[in-house]
Amino acid sequence: MSPRILAATTGRILRQLRHDRRTVVLLVVVPTVLLVLIHAMYADQPTPPGQRSLFDQVALVMLGFFPFVVMFLVTSIAMLRERTSGTLERLLTTPLRRLDLLFGYGIAFGLAGAVQAGIASAAAYWLLGLRTAGSIRLVVLIAAVNAVLAVALGLLCSAFARTEFQAVQFMPVVVLPQVLLCGLFVPRGQMAGWLQAISDVLPLSYAVEALQEVGAHAEPTGLMWRDLVIVAGSAVVALVLAAATLRRRSG
Amino acid sequence: MATTATPTDTAIDVRDLVVERGGRRVLDGVSCAVGRGTVTGLLGPSGSGKTTLMRAVVGVQTIRAGRVTVLGRPAGSPALRRTVGYLTQAPSVYADLTVRENARYFAALHGRGRAEADRAVADVGLADAAGQLVATLSGGQRSRASLACVLVGRPELVVLDEPTVGQDPVLRAELWTRFHAMAAEGTTLLVSSHVMDEAARCDRLLLVREGRLVADDTPAAVRARTGTDDLEEAFLRLIRASEDHPPDRRAPHPQRPDDTRAAQRRRPGREETS
Repeated sequence: MSPRILAATTGRILRQLRHDRRTVVLLVVVPTVLLVLIHAMYADQPTPPGQRSLFDQVALVMLGFFPFVVMFLVTSIAMLRERTSGTLERLLTTPLRRLDLLFGYGIAFGLAGAVQAGIASAAAYWLLGLRTAGSIRLVVLIAAVNAVLAVALGLLCSAFARTEFQAVQFMPVVVLPQVLLCGLFVPRGQMAGWLQAISDVLPLSYAVEALQEVGAHAEPTGLMWRDLVIVAGSAVVALVLAAATLRRRSG
Repeated sequence: MATTATPTDTAIDVRDLVVERGGRRVLDGVSCAVGRGTVTGLLGPSGSGKTTLMRAVVGVQTIRAGRVTVLGRPAGSPALRRTVGYLTQAPSVYADLTVRENARYFAALHGRGRAEADRAVADVGLADAAGQLVATLSGGQRSRASLACVLVGRPELVVLDEPTVGQDPVLRAELWTRFHAMAAEGTTLLVSSHVMDEAARCDRLLLVREGRLVADDTPAAVRARTGTDDLEEAFLRLIRASEDHPPDRRAPHPQRPDDTRAAQRRRPGREETS
């Protein structure tokens, strides 16, 4: 990798995003609107004895979901555009290396995801009264790493889509099972063994567990750091696999 | 910057190149050489294999057999990514960036600065549109924006696939003046075209038809060989001659020469079978 080319590529991707004002507004506003909705939904639900309120439990996990879902979609489409517009082929004839491009996407959209998570977290804590034992900074950090994971998965999946329609279909295939099995709807410990086994190999499960650790403990726990490393490691693996899908020569 | 391994007078050397795409032979044993510091025109009807030949030279085309040597190295060598510039037929620039932002990005990939990027934009006549999003440009402007992103890397070899499509005659003339100025400074240019009046501006011509090289000569030699001053007519005669004496077991071409002429005059589609 070349730091100069990586920086130029990251800047270029962020500049593209900046020109798309409507997307920027949607990225920033939608999570907050949905959090307000969730807050209203759970307003009259009784808090289970000895537990945190349902809103606190759900909203915390949602802060990890938003950048995961959104950055996966944004990245899949952006990378598909690179492939279909010919810019990818052109880039591969320049001194740019494949990892310069993929890490450029990881950093650019990871940053966008961090900003999104930061704004959504600020709204959740200060507007809607979300309470966690641990720090909001850890929540944003986990959400940002989760965004990078989503970018990496999006880059990988875009290689298997020829059209935007197909790319969007990878959302229910790749993202939804992770959301269903991450432990929000049914605690992972209460799932059937085979479901747990699937949940264990899905990286989002670890992001959610890390967030729940922040919810329950005032100080960062060893389990939280381990989970965060697993999520980051999964992102790197997905990026390297995505690099293998970028072919300089084609038929 | 990077120097080539074997400095010779040959920029591109293609030997017995065979390319198959989707079970069809797109290039069928093409051999040719392009000298350094020259402007070589690659001509032929749509679907003849021009784009495939250019892709093989740039090193992005999977080849079946043969050898392509560029600036002394096998085509597609990593070192060539600094010295070979490729303009694809469809403009491959970012529609959601301005012309200037596109040029600056591609400049940065080649280690060039912002001033050089701005100069490249001005050189293709887009100084006034530099701050405009590429998505809002006309087709001709878009393809010039794409050209600026090639030239900004100051490549030793420039491969241009239909760079003048959709340009008005004045701009076309300016671009050709610029190509010759680059050649005079030692840059090698391989330029494909559908337009026969552009053939006359080249130092050397390669005529491709149905995956085979029909002519490889200077414009003057082509005219002399065919006994006509009109290059379009000259090419028709060369094509007819090649059809009368097919070089292999191929079936005679169903297409009549008149169709070829019409095809060459037609505006090329944006998507040639590339």
